[in-house]
Amino acid sequence: MRTSTATPERSGSDAQAEGYNYAYLDERTKRMLRRALLKAVAIPGHQVPFGSREMPLAYGWGTGGIQVTAAVIGRGDVLKVIDQGSDDTTNAVNIREFFARTTGIATTTRTTEATVIQTRHRIPETPLREGQIMVYQVPQPEPLYKLEPRRAETLGLHAVEEYGLMNVKLYEDIAQWGHVETTSDYPVRVNGRYIASPSPIPAFDNPKMNLMPALQLFGAGREKRLYAIPPYTPVQSLDFEDHPFTVKTQGEACALCGCTTSFLDEIATEDGATLWTCSDTDWCEQQQAIRPTEGEPR
Amino acid sequence: MYVAVKGGESAIAASRALVDAARRGDTALAPLAVAQVQSQMGLAVSRVMAEASLHDPELAALALLQAQGDVVEATFLLRAYRTTLPRLASTEPVDTDAMRARRRVSAIFKDLPGGQLLGPSYDYTQRLLDFSLLRGGRGERSNAPTAQATTALRQADTDGDDIPNALAMLAAEDLVEASAPSPGDPVPPDITRDPPRYPLARTGRLQMLARADEGWLLGLAYSTQRGYAQSHPFVGDVRFGSVSLSLVPDELDFAIEIGEIELTECQMVNQFAGSDGAPPQFTLGYGLVFGHGERKAMAMSLVDRALRTDEFDELAEVPAQDQEFVLAQGDNVEASGFVQHLKLPHYVTFESELQLIRQLRAEHQARQRAGAEEEHEGASQGAQG
Repeated sequence: MRTSTATPERSGSDAQAEGYNYAYLDERTKRMLRRALLKAVAIPGHQVPFGSREMPLAYGWGTGGIQVTAAVIGRGDVLKVIDQGSDDTTNAVNIREFFARTTGIATTTRTTEATVIQTRHRIPETPLREGQIMVYQVPQPEPLYKLEPRRAETLGLHAVEEYGLMNVKLYEDIAQWGHVETTSDYPVRVNGRYIASPSPIPAFDNPKMNLMPALQLFGAGREKRLYAIPPYTPVQSLDFEDHPFTVKTQGEACALCGCTTSFLDEIATEDGATLWTCSDTDWCEQQQAIRPTEGEPR
Repeated sequence: MYVAVKGGESAIAASRALVDAARRGDTALAPLAVAQVQSQMGLAVSRVMAEASLHDPELAALALLQAQGDVVEATFLLRAYRTTLPRLASTEPVDTDAMRARRRVSAIFKDLPGGQLLGPSYDYTQRLLDFSLLRGGRGERSNAPTAQATTALRQADTDGDDIPNALAMLAAEDLVEASAPSPGDPVPPDITRDPPRYPLARTGRLQMLARADEGWLLGLAYSTQRGYAQSHPFVGDVRFGSVSLSLVPDELDFAIEIGEIELTECQMVNQFAGSDGAPPQFTLGYGLVFGHGERKAMAMSLVDRALRTDEFDELAEVPAQDQEFVLAQGDNVEASGFVQHLKLPHYVTFESELQLIRQLRAEHQARQRAGAEEEHEGASQGAQG
């Protein structure tokens, strides 16, 4: 179904792990997941309960995202997994290896080559395109949980679109600090209806969700909830007319590629200085390729 | 130049190798066999089976061995295996009156039908370290059960008569509530397949409590005894032993026995003053766990009773009565994963926080400077005037 012009690296062997079904989960579980995902796509931003399974990776480490990926990934897909924007962080490596082992499909670190991208805490800087699927690992799907911990209550609040608690919280932040004091997992309103958690991505990434051509799927394994944002859906970060939502770049340039518009990691070096580098490692490599001399310290 | 952390793959491989080495321990010593763990660490095996909600002593022992004795990790291993197993059938409800009890105690009667059977219990072991175990124990000969113990075991094991529930007599007089099936029986929802939606009926609550973390339930149960709930509990009947499992296959119209499992059951009697509609009656809390786990079964029965506020028109005022608090936080596989996920990198989220706090501090300092200048101006104007 999907084609890739590049030749992504193949995992060690084509054969999938012995004794396990393709992509680990049994087909009935995948069907249950797909039904829940279809419902989620039909009601953008609405949290759909699902029969989350214990996975061989720990709760809180991406079990929701893994189950979603397992439910949608096909033999022609190319998988990219990132954590904090990087393909090389241990948890991303582990999840990518898990799928390489249980599906035998190709993996990549290139955003443009991937058909399915599982992520924790970032959206790639490279704009996503139609046909791609973003799978977000979500620790807490309920955006109201800090205001009302009882899910029996929040269910009702979502049902009648009663979001006064959230508006008061944002107002109080502005009254006390002059800013909304939420810098990641900044709540969004999906398709003008449900307030949803974008997962703990930096607020910097929120605008990328709006009208994104790719399908966005969210999985929360421990909390047993799924939700989705179909392609080209309006996603608005919550704000007030007199305090519009804005994002700022950090005012630094990446030391490796010179990029000033991407989200940067702040790295303390041994001599006490600060080094800024792109959090999105694939983006950084692309920029270095375009501008091979810029940013290279001499 | 500093290069952002790379080489996750080889680090993971090395970490796994280190775990294997740590588990094996001193290679000068003989390795533990799964059968040894199963046979000599029975209470740990029980706890893993209970919290993993899978009755399989051999695999629980394997999980314990693989997890270096970490009960929560072993539970996780067994759960992750359990989730791959097909659901072939549901058994008939077990009859705990017909339990081949190795232990049965009632605290509310001095003696009662079926008798008091102390069985294997740490209750009356004086908690003195047995230093002879350091020297390899008391030797095979004296390890053999004494004549006395053998007689007790035989009596307990071979007595084919049912041990009626200690509360049966009271129930006959209506002094204690009847143990009626919950609405939805005989096919209760499966909390491992249907995500719990609160408020949860008692049948779902009991499933969650049965596999909840023992420490969590123990603390909550203890809180009900220390004033965080109105409770006045008595152990009506606590028993441990083997029960038969039977099921009715599709091809047959009668039940056939397919094996047996070990269970610990506790029925806790609680006072209840009655309400407008109901005459005064004792109420019950129920605990049932796989294997030998009295502490867990008793704690579960106390928490079960505390959670039954809706049935007795009680106000839910304390943590142990708040079912979303008790149940949603009680699963140690979920809790352990989420607490420990804080070890994962969070530097992107943290960077966003850093930016905000720097901005807030800069704004704060600017305000203070402006305030100080105003004050200074005011003071110098005052001096001039």
